[in-house]
Amino acid sequence: MEFALSDEQQMLQMSINRFLNSHCDLNRVRDATKDSITQQAEVWSGIGELGVLGILIPEEYGGVGLGYLDAALVAEALGRAIAPIPFIGSSIMAPVALLNAGDDRQKSAWLPKIAAGECVFGVGVTEQIGQRETEGVVAHEGKLTGKAMFVVDGVDADMLIIADDQGVLYLVDASASGVTRQNLPTIDKTRALAEVCLDQVEAEVLPGSVSNQQPLTQTIDAGRIMLAADSLGASDVMIEKAVAYAKERKQFDRVIGSFQAVKHMCAEMATELEPCRSLIWYAAHSINHIPDEARLLVCHAKAHLSEVGRFVAKTSTEVHGGMGFTDLLGLHYWFKRIGLDRQLLGAPELIREEAALFQGW
Amino acid sequence: MDLAYNEEYEAFRIEVQQFLKTHKSKAPKGRASWGATGEKARQWQQFLIEHGYAARTIAKQYGGFGAEPDILQNHIIAEEFAKARVRPGHSGDPRLVPVVLELGTEEQKHALVGPTIRGEMNWCQGYSEPGSGSDLASLSTKAVLDGDHWVINGQKIWTSGAQNADMIFCLVRTEPDAPKHNGISYLIFKMDTPGIEVRPLVTMTGEAIFNETFFTDVRVPKDQIIGKRGEGWFVANTTLKHERGSLGDPNQIENRFRDLVEILKNEKIDGKPLIQYPIYRDRLLRLQGRVLSMKCNGMRILTANAKNKEPGLARWIVKLLGCELNHQMAALAIDAMGELGVLYGESSYLRDYGMWQRNYMLDLGLIIGGGTAQIQKNMIGERALGLPKEPKYQQS
Repeated sequence: MEFALSDEQQMLQMSINRFLNSHCDLNRVRDATKDSITQQAEVWSGIGELGVLGILIPEEYGGVGLGYLDAALVAEALGRAIAPIPFIGSSIMAPVALLNAGDDRQKSAWLPKIAAGECVFGVGVTEQIGQRETEGVVAHEGKLTGKAMFVVDGVDADMLIIADDQGVLYLVDASASGVTRQNLPTIDKTRALAEVCLDQVEAEVLPGSVSNQQPLTQTIDAGRIMLAADSLGASDVMIEKAVAYAKERKQFDRVIGSFQAVKHMCAEMATELEPCRSLIWYAAHSINHIPDEARLLVCHAKAHLSEVGRFVAKTSTEVHGGMGFTDLLGLHYWFKRIGLDRQLLGAPELIREEAALFQGW
Repeated sequence: MDLAYNEEYEAFRIEVQQFLKTHKSKAPKGRASWGATGEKARQWQQFLIEHGYAARTIAKQYGGFGAEPDILQNHIIAEEFAKARVRPGHSGDPRLVPVVLELGTEEQKHALVGPTIRGEMNWCQGYSEPGSGSDLASLSTKAVLDGDHWVINGQKIWTSGAQNADMIFCLVRTEPDAPKHNGISYLIFKMDTPGIEVRPLVTMTGEAIFNETFFTDVRVPKDQIIGKRGEGWFVANTTLKHERGSLGDPNQIENRFRDLVEILKNEKIDGKPLIQYPIYRDRLLRLQGRVLSMKCNGMRILTANAKNKEPGLARWIVKLLGCELNHQMAALAIDAMGELGVLYGESSYLRDYGMWQRNYMLDLGLIIGGGTAQIQKNMIGERALGLPKEPKYQQS
């Protein structure tokens, strides 16, 4: 019995954080977002060299074949660095969909390209979680028609995986005729969500997803645990920044962190976030090793991190006073990253309801 | 990350389960407590010590079972007893026994540890005073040396169990001229010593859980001190550490959550179970997320302890979050019961013997006791996050 990261996992965490600290600081993120870049070239190639684009992809398909906990550590690091690169859609959800529902030819064709960073995938499953502006995508004789909203990593994608209204997953070439795409401008400029319109588009079904909801669920769960980990990393930074600011900023001849009003805000943030780390470790670990518990743990990891993330984002901003509200300080990049994580692939209320239902409540 | 236990531990778990199956009926009912009195409780405790399920790692010569310390075995025992809902054994008053074992003289260990773990010697704690709560180190009950005796005068408050206690461990000021943390000593003495008066302090639950205890010229033999003169504050800090760890136990939190789910399934409004009402349901699910996160946090602490590493922040937050979570679970149970939830005392409509309303109040007491939530936040802010202390107040 050992509930802790292995030496290898700590090494992985260190090497990614080290790379991101030196190559993905706030200035670089600012520059990228100014030019609407959500696949910053240097960060993308550096992350690729570390092997993490194929983190969940088995070695036979050119990946490194690690587990969800390892992947969650990467997602956490990217959240810390508010990294402007595709990851959760392209390197997590798409491989999970292909591995669980693709045939051998599809896996051999695409997984090595994802792992090598030669191909970016967008994943559109939003309508399977909750329909709002569209009734989703309908398949008819191998062709897709309809609209998929908030396709994860969809703007930079070469290929798309889209769920139809039955939850069947399809492979779509993003440049195929009948596909139109546009960026949905969100608060978070570090990640790209697309609206994808399909008009009689040639698509390849992922055969394992026909009359089997399992691959869709696995794809969504994979995305959710990584969004939770992303929020963990971003929240951690917001606490560090608040504590550092509280130790430095003086008012009434004292650093403000010596006032209990401010000290307690910092303590409350740290207290709320600390057990979240263990929850994410357990949830991610359970997907590989305790599948019976995985669904419940993943749902709660996503829902709980959304709540704690919101609390930390707000409180940290308040600790920074007026400066927290400015663009000058840039704290809002993390605030917005957390804000997007919360809504994407199911807001906490929806996810908790889902968890209640599958517990038979 | 490897959440499986090896064969040796799995075998041990089966051993515990079988023991529980065979002997469950001998256990007294009701909430677990190291302060439990009564013959049945004492017999059960004695039986558990003999089989290694209580006072497990305390040396045989002091009355324990004498096993090698093994945190995972302890954890398995606690987990299995909680699952079977059988009253677990204890290792005596957790605030006192570790201190005697760590800092007591050989004579004290022999005289005190055995009777305490067998439940033959009950203790109360004399720390807080009316004027010294969160600022405990400002305490003013004083002890003056007169020949071979300390002479104690002053007053303590929140002395739970003082009316039944045989002994008290007590912080007193012995060095009035030293800085406040260095002027305190840790004395132990009999509660039937002349000059001690115990007055019950009834709390909001309606029970006299606590007392006020008054000392007037109480004479205590000079050698009844643990640690050196003036070092009592540091001796006491060993106990507070143990007490804080015991509040917010994840096994207990999980059991309470299971009971809460039952309440929401069983209670109905207009024939429809509360669990089917979206608002109650969402509150339940929110709490489930917290329960799971505390369970995982507990596993992380367990691993750190087993490796002799300091768990850091993961440990600091347990009391603060655990007590609040217990309180919130009781709150939801009461809300689910509505008007039935405020029944208290004798009523045929009472659910779970009125346990929820009692816990709701008791847990508020625990949020305050053993270091208030606000003091916890100061400690987290200062010790874990490194924020500076509040400067001393200067009268203008």
